[in-house]
Amino acid sequence: MLPGKGVGPMSSERQSAILRPGGVVLPGDVARPRTGGWRTGAKPSVDLSLCVDCLLCWIHCPDTAVQQRQGVFQGFDYDLCKGCEVCAEVCPTGAIQMVPESTRLDQHGAILPEGGRQDG
Amino acid sequence: MARTMQGFEVLTGGEATAHAMRQIRPDVVPIYPITPQTPIIQTFSRFVADGKVDTVLLQVESEHSAMSAAVGAALAGARTMTATASQGLALMVEVLYIAAGLRAPVVMAVGNRALSAPINIHGDHSDGMLARDSGAVQVFAENAQEAYDLMVMAPRIAEHPAVLLPVLVGQDGFSVTHSAENVALLRDEEVQDFVGSYEIPYPLLGDRPSSQGLFAMPDAYYEIKVRQIQALEAAEQVFADVARAYALRFGRHLGAVESYRMDGAERAIVLIGSTAGTAKDVVDELRERGERVGLVAVRLFRPFPHQALEDALATVGRVAVLDRAAAPGTLPPLFADIRAGYHGTAELRSYVYGLGGRDTAPEDIAKVYRDLQLPAHAGIRYLGLLGEDQHGES
Repeated sequence: MLPGKGVGPMSSERQSAILRPGGVVLPGDVARPRTGGWRTGAKPSVDLSLCVDCLLCWIHCPDTAVQQRQGVFQGFDYDLCKGCEVCAEVCPTGAIQMVPESTRLDQHGAILPEGGRQDG
Repeated sequence: MARTMQGFEVLTGGEATAHAMRQIRPDVVPIYPITPQTPIIQTFSRFVADGKVDTVLLQVESEHSAMSAAVGAALAGARTMTATASQGLALMVEVLYIAAGLRAPVVMAVGNRALSAPINIHGDHSDGMLARDSGAVQVFAENAQEAYDLMVMAPRIAEHPAVLLPVLVGQDGFSVTHSAENVALLRDEEVQDFVGSYEIPYPLLGDRPSSQGLFAMPDAYYEIKVRQIQALEAAEQVFADVARAYALRFGRHLGAVESYRMDGAERAIVLIGSTAGTAKDVVDELRERGERVGLVAVRLFRPFPHQALEDALATVGRVAVLDRAAAPGTLPPLFADIRAGYHGTAELRSYVYGLGGRDTAPEDIAKVYRDLQLPAHAGIRYLGLLGEDQHGES
C-alpha cells in the first residue's frame, strides 16, 4: 500500500482514505486542505492604508481565502487562494492589487520592503 | 398470472426475477425499459402498483440515468436494484465502472441480448462481455429457476463487506427471459431473512458525514483501484459461501461452475447460459450410446473461477469452449479466460455460437462432440453459421 518510486511520501490521512472502499473521505482525514497549490501567476496583496474593512473581498472570495475577525480585514490565506483575482476586482478602494508569486508579503498580505520578513 | 402447479409456479425467467425482487424488497429501483428486460420490470412495476412491495420505482429518461440514480441511491444507504439488456447495458457501462469504483453494491438483472448493428433483439452474451471488465461481479443463469436463485443470492454477494460491488445476474434473452417453466419460489419471509438488512460502511444519509466520488490524483488512484480489484477477487469465496448457505437452507446448490456427467469424460463442452440445458440433453443421449462426454456450465464469470475450471477439466482429453459472444481480433472471452488460467493437459478448441439469437439445436451440440473426435481445427469455428459451418469432417 505504500507509494512506489516517483511518488512522494503519503500522509497518514491520505492512506486511511485509500484504505476505505471507494476512497471514501471522512471528516478529519484532511486536516488542512492546501488547494492554493493550484495557484499560478499572481497572488493578491493589500495596502492596508487604503482598506476600509468593507469586506466585499471576504464576501466574494470563492475559496474562503480572505480572512477577517470581528469585521476587520486580516489578510489572505495563501494555502487556499487560487489567484482568481475576484478580490482585487471587487475592492472599491484599490487596496488589493495582484502581485507576482515571488513578491514578499507580511502576514496581512502587505508588500514588505526589500530584505524584510516573509510570511506569505 | 402464474398458475400454481404442485408447489411450483409457471413463470418466465423475467417473471421469476421480478418475484425475487418483490421478495427482496429493494428500497429503490431506477429503471428504463428495453427488450428483453421488459418482463422483469413490467412484472415488478405491477407488484409496486398493486402495493405488493413498497419500493420507490424511479422512471428515468435513459439507462445512463437509471444507473446513475442507482449509484446515488446505493451509496445513500438504500438497497438498490435495476434491470437492463443490450444497448441499455451498453449505455449503463460508463456508470457501471463508476458503481464498481465507488463500491456501490447495486444488483442488476440482465436479459442478455446481442448488440447492434445490425439491430437485433435476441439473445447472446455480447452485452455482458461489454461489461466484463467493469469490476462488477457477473453471473449467468441457465434457466428461470437459476435466474431466480441467483437473484436471491445476489444482494448478499454485492453487499458483503469484503466485496461491495455491483452484481449482474444474466439470463439469456427470450430463451430464459420469455420462456415459461416451473419455478420453485421461496416464501417471502425466507427470502427477506436470507438477504438480511442493507448495511454499507459509509452511507451518505445518516449522522456520519463523508465525501464520496472524490478526485484521486496519481498518488492515490492506483491504490484505490487495486483494492477494488482485490474486492472482486474476494467475491469468488463470498460467492461460494453464499451458494453454500443457500444450498443448506433451500436445497439448491449453485456453484461457480456446474460439472454435468464429467465423471470419466474424454470430451467436454464448456459454455455459459441457457444452451447448457440443450447440451445436457445431448450429453444424456450420447452417454446412453456409451460415449464418454460431459458438460461444464460456467455460472460465475467475474471473478473468473480459474481453479474450479481447472478442477472440472482435470481428467478430460479434449474440450470445446463455446462462446456466445466474440472478441473481434482476438480469442473469444470465455475461451481466452479458460486458456489463460488452464494448466491441465486437455486440448482446448474455440467455438462461437448463437450470435443474435441464432438457434443452437441439439444437433449443433452433437456436432461439436463429433468434432472433438477429429484432429484439432485452427482458430475459431463458427457453429451454425450458414455456409461456413460445413467443414467437411463431420
